Amino acid sequence: MIDVLVIGAGGAGLTAALTAKDAGASVLVVAKAYPTNAQTSMAQGGMNAALSNAGDDTVDAHIADTIKSARGLCDERMVETMCSDAPHAIAWLDSIGVPFSRVETKESGIKTVAQRQMGGASAKRACYAQDYTGLKILHTLYDTCLKQDIDFLDEHYLLSLIVEDETVKGATFLDIRTGEVRQIDAKSVIIATGGYAGLYHNYTTNMTGASGDGIAAVLRAGGAISDMEFVQFHPTALKSSSILISESARGEGGYLVNNKGERFIDELKPRDVVSRAIFEQFKQGYEVFLDVRHLGEEKLMELLPQEVALCKLHENVDPATQLIPIKPVAHYSMGGIDVDHTMAVDGIKGCFAVGECSNAKVHGANRLGGNSLLEITAFGKRAGESAYKYASLASIKPASDTQLQQDKNYLENLYSKTPTENFYDKREALGTLFYEKVGIVRNNASLNEALNYIIDTQENLGNMGIADKRKTNNTNLTDFLEFANALLLSSTIVSAAIARDESRGAHYKEEFAELDDEKFKNHIVFQWKKENA
Amino acid sequence: MILQILRSETNSLQSYTLEEKETTLLHALMEIKKTQDPTLTFTAGCRASVCGTCAVRVNGKEQLSCAYKIQDGDIVEPLNYHPILRDLKVDKNRAKETLVKSTAWLHSAKEACSSPKDEKLTERQTDCILCNSCYSACPVYVVNPDFLGPFSLTRAYRYSVDKREEDVKGIIDNVQTNGVWDCTLCGECTLACPKGIDPKMDIMMLRGKSLQYGYTDPSLAQQSFGEPNFGFDPNF
Repeated sequence: MIDVLVIGAGGAGLTAALTAKDAGASVLVVAKAYPTNAQTSMAQGGMNAALSNAGDDTVDAHIADTIKSARGLCDERMVETMCSDAPHAIAWLDSIGVPFSRVETKESGIKTVAQRQMGGASAKRACYAQDYTGLKILHTLYDTCLKQDIDFLDEHYLLSLIVEDETVKGATFLDIRTGEVRQIDAKSVIIATGGYAGLYHNYTTNMTGASGDGIAAVLRAGGAISDMEFVQFHPTALKSSSILISESARGEGGYLVNNKGERFIDELKPRDVVSRAIFEQFKQGYEVFLDVRHLGEEKLMELLPQEVALCKLHENVDPATQLIPIKPVAHYSMGGIDVDHTMAVDGIKGCFAVGECSNAKVHGANRLGGNSLLEITAFGKRAGESAYKYASLASIKPASDTQLQQDKNYLENLYSKTPTENFYDKREALGTLFYEKVGIVRNNASLNEALNYIIDTQENLGNMGIADKRKTNNTNLTDFLEFANALLLSSTIVSAAIARDESRGAHYKEEFAELDDEKFKNHIVFQWKKENA
Repeated sequence: MILQILRSETNSLQSYTLEEKETTLLHALMEIKKTQDPTLTFTAGCRASVCGTCAVRVNGKEQLSCAYKIQDGDIVEPLNYHPILRDLKVDKNRAKETLVKSTAWLHSAKEACSSPKDEKLTERQTDCILCNSCYSACPVYVVNPDFLGPFSLTRAYRYSVDKREEDVKGIIDNVQTNGVWDCTLCGECTLACPKGIDPKMDIMMLRGKSLQYGYTDPSLAQQSFGEPNFGFDPNF
């Protein structure tokens, strides 16, 4: 039996896999696509670590900035751990070959890594590799996994965790190529499946596959999920395509202007504040643009080559000479699987979670740019260590096939029914509904309308299903399964948002515009209790 | 506007009619799947040219679906030299094995004083998103399915010039068989790369490095200069 089953092959999963293998565990990484397809590749701006390579900085300042941005909802001990680990995490990435951007210096190692300014940071703290930081970290991790002979199982879609006696025994997967359902037994499981901001379909920087599959699986298996109402909106996505323009564009000196050419906000405030300021401009009837023309073509091509290409392709705009039309869209989910200091999932023994799918309570109500790549590396290592330790003492009694049979039946049922409603329309409608009613500025009336819509849609899910009945390589099926997961999670997001009658970080409610520590300085947790438990 | 897509079940082109407007191929594929044909199968991810999932061939040339604006009459087919799983979805596992064979990773790391100049040495090579466009464009695969191929050799080159690498020879040793000398230097990979990487140049650089480590071009080594030889030349 495998010691550590890692589900998800982005930066968090690969770091955890490398760590567990290095400790001596047998490891298998299973993911619904190929490892380098993961959303980590989309992280552009950088990874925070107090290295003082570009002016004075301290770990304490990094901790203070992170806590301030979290607006009272983080676990300060976890923040301290992450920020203190950061220089080691950079050193480790540097040692495996990540091609960071560099500074001119006589020193060596991590002292050569270039650092840039990001929003909400009191120093130039984000280590970067041009504007391809996530891509280059992910690919270097993948190369290192190949070097260390990590086993991968590609194109396997997570269906369910197998949990018996509140203990994880493995997971079931749909083999996308063959259409078979299979069970993989393991002594411990690490979930690293990414966030759920993809459910803001058409209004998100995320890929459609960011449907919170692992979070939904934990919820169904009896584990706890928390802080689901906190979804970060990134201030600068391209207006027509929702494609991300990195925060580093503002960090490097870009302005936000309305169509009168006026600046209206300090561009380097945290993302929640900037997004709301843009939303306010929209409400007053203005359009908003990112202006980087003053940086000049040469500097733009050096610092932000990817952004320049994306603007030209998707918006027909040359940032060197023209304003970039933007809008804020859903970008990152702070909430997720509730974990403790060892990344262990609350409610399921032997199960760990890391990265955007988890809620390690370091981002609180609003994540700082540059802290997510840090989290996946620093806590990826922790998850790998914890899972290894757990596996070395865990039972090797394999699970029964009850869950496998249940999942097979579910899929057979899907194949046997003819859908009367098109779930792709519903997916789009859900995205628009969330942007309009569960977005940057919320109110209880709209949230309740959203909840009613979701409940209706959940009741109708049985009428949707799949129109493509082929067993092998059925992406109509995986699209549907992703939609079902997103729909499940959507009710938790809205319910938590309704319950939180205050404004805090990314959650802003018009009629309760102030922070209310007395009533709400706590985490809203969802957990399904089994009957007769 | 008409888009013709190669369907694997019938091994023939199927025409889809779309609204006349400027749109990416990926957007068009998603629209078809949503409104016309849920069985049309393709893969995609980030929409922003960075996850490497959505490469296909349009009118015979490799393109990222998310970065290609469709035109009336376009013919869309899956990547070459990859087993077709269904429609535009291909099996990339065999291609990815070339990364293992070429040992494209840091073999033995040391702390280094890397400068912005050193960063520039591999900046473009490390933009690679493993979309496999170059592999699909490479004509060597017609004759040698075991060729390490452009993306793996570019990646091997990237590590071989990294200041942190202590064991450059370890990399060079592993790109000899089915590697740098099997390339015809036709440059199709360079034309196909959506990220502007130049694998042909990287392979030429690896050849130079190979010579430094005592390797020679096997086609030259096998040539006979002593007496006329009009027989079969396997390298021709």
